Amino acid sequence: MALLDISKLRKTFVDPDGGRHAVVDIEAFSLPEKAQVALRGESGSGKTTLLNLIAGILKPDSGSIIIAGREMSALSEPDRDRLRATTIGYIFQTFNLLQGYTCLENVLLGMSFGPGVDREFAHALLNRVGLATRLKHYPRQLSTGQQQRVAVARALANRPKLVLADEPTGNLDHKNASESLALIRDACKENGAALLLVSHDREVLQQFEVVHGLEQLNRAVTVEVKP
Amino acid sequence: MTLWLIVFRSLRQHALSTVVTAMSVALAGGLLMSVWSVKEQSQAIFTGVNAGFDAVLGARGSKLQLVLNAIFNLESSPGNVALPDFQDIQSNPAVELAIPIAVGDNYLGYRLVGTVPEMFTQVEYAPGKHYEVGAGENFFDPNRREAVVGSFVAQKLHLKRGDKFHPYHGLIFNEKDQHAETYVVVGVMKPSNTPADRVIWIPLEGIQRMSGHDPNAATDVSAVLVKLKAPEAGFRLDMMYNRQGNRLTFAWPIGTVMADLFSKIGWFDQVLALVAYLVALVATLSILASIYNSMNERRREIAILRALGARRTTVFGAILLEAASISTLGMIVGFACYALIMVAVAGVIREQTGVVLVPMKFNMVMVWAPAALIILGALAGVVPAIKAYRTHVAEYLVPTS
Repeated sequence: MALLDISKLRKTFVDPDGGRHAVVDIEAFSLPEKAQVALRGESGSGKTTLLNLIAGILKPDSGSIIIAGREMSALSEPDRDRLRATTIGYIFQTFNLLQGYTCLENVLLGMSFGPGVDREFAHALLNRVGLATRLKHYPRQLSTGQQQRVAVARALANRPKLVLADEPTGNLDHKNASESLALIRDACKENGAALLLVSHDREVLQQFEVVHGLEQLNRAVTVEVKP
Repeated sequence: MTLWLIVFRSLRQHALSTVVTAMSVALAGGLLMSVWSVKEQSQAIFTGVNAGFDAVLGARGSKLQLVLNAIFNLESSPGNVALPDFQDIQSNPAVELAIPIAVGDNYLGYRLVGTVPEMFTQVEYAPGKHYEVGAGENFFDPNRREAVVGSFVAQKLHLKRGDKFHPYHGLIFNEKDQHAETYVVVGVMKPSNTPADRVIWIPLEGIQRMSGHDPNAATDVSAVLVKLKAPEAGFRLDMMYNRQGNRLTFAWPIGTVMADLFSKIGWFDQVLALVAYLVALVATLSILASIYNSMNERRREIAILRALGARRTTVFGAILLEAASISTLGMIVGFACYALIMVAVAGVIREQTGVVLVPMKFNMVMVWAPAALIILGALAGVVPAIKAYRTHVAEYLVPTS
């Protein structure tokens, strides 16, 4: 059974003129456990919306998303929050670190919404991403690459089954991007998590054995990009 | 733990507004508690102070003026009591003790009160307490120009045993009105925390026969302080002097006369309380405004917390807890404000009346006012908390691609 199963997923947004337009319209998509898959998509192709739908941050208009055997749309919002906290790790393009919290606290806070705070594991994760000496640093005191690594540690903090990565190297230079991508992939492997990464960067996509184009997957993109 | 961490960090991130808002709560709390405490303490003390007497007999006039003049050493005397009238009440079988006093002079603005030695030897100004002077000192000899100085006056004027002074005519100091007589300080009274602390006591005849005073009134007294053998006798004397007579006023019971004063100025308490309530309301609104105004910058953080798995109720609770924490911090400082206000007010009241308030004396307002302000503060957090609750995660997390 697949870890992630999407079928007939559709999400529309209201236009300023009052009409609606579809951003995500996917017939079917699945991701096996522990797999590492990349989705290729340009700006406006619905990458972030798709990841937000999978994470339960957005609710689809129709269709189903099944994660680890649980149908997202059948869950109440608190249950979706719980599922997100325990099963999904999310790495954002802009990292979305909490600026008022130290590296360690960013990781611990993520844990507190999930199964519980495990300080030893938090230390181990930050050690794994090379930040053992930066535990008490605030994000503003770190380089961009280091911030990215905190985000990776935080995403893995609750031992998720699925890690979603939204343009995770978009804000990094070439060298940092390669290192960071390798770190994300290795860390997911080590923790037994599947990885679904969306990016438009060819160099990133080349690292993956399985790459799907959102243009083919998402019918909404076809409508938008090639009318 | 998570909520507290979120709240603590948020307070730190918004340190300036936290401090300013907490200070407004502190002022409100301090003001509310002190207004209430001063009102209750002063009412209790002023209606409880009777200097060990049940009534005051004086010239026909206001009972309140009589009590203020004879017991609190405030106000002017409404007139004199002739010697036969004093002797009458002194010999009344219902009267245990009648102490005459005479006023009309001052020393550097502090009132001179002429009285008899029995004031110090027989009067208990509070149960079991007599007026006392320092070691090696004594009360005045009624036949000499000697003075006993109240503790507050001694402290203010640096008077001590052996010092000499010339009294001044009238109750208000005017350097041109100096009397020729010289008085010697023979004792400084130990603090009694009563109006007696802020006067200078001299023999009754000293006031009566002071140079420049009317020789025709040389045997008159300003008032007679009366202690009854039994409280019921007060009804009879009240009837005799106030209903049947028309020359004298019998102010009895002293506490009731003072209570009438407080009921007459009750509106003033209400105005002060209203001001304190309004300040509390403004402080509460300032919490609301402070958190609400920062909501736009917080929404991204809230969205991140939600994306990490925080529930709507968690962020709602965090904002409420933050508002309550600001109030709580404010109330902690509020007790310091309260202490400062009380010390200042107690100083003024002591200076003006000799009555001593206890600044940190427990009053229920010290429980309900902080509790009310903390609850109000938490309620002020409801509106921004609703805003936090409704934060659209995806909208504030990252731009939709």
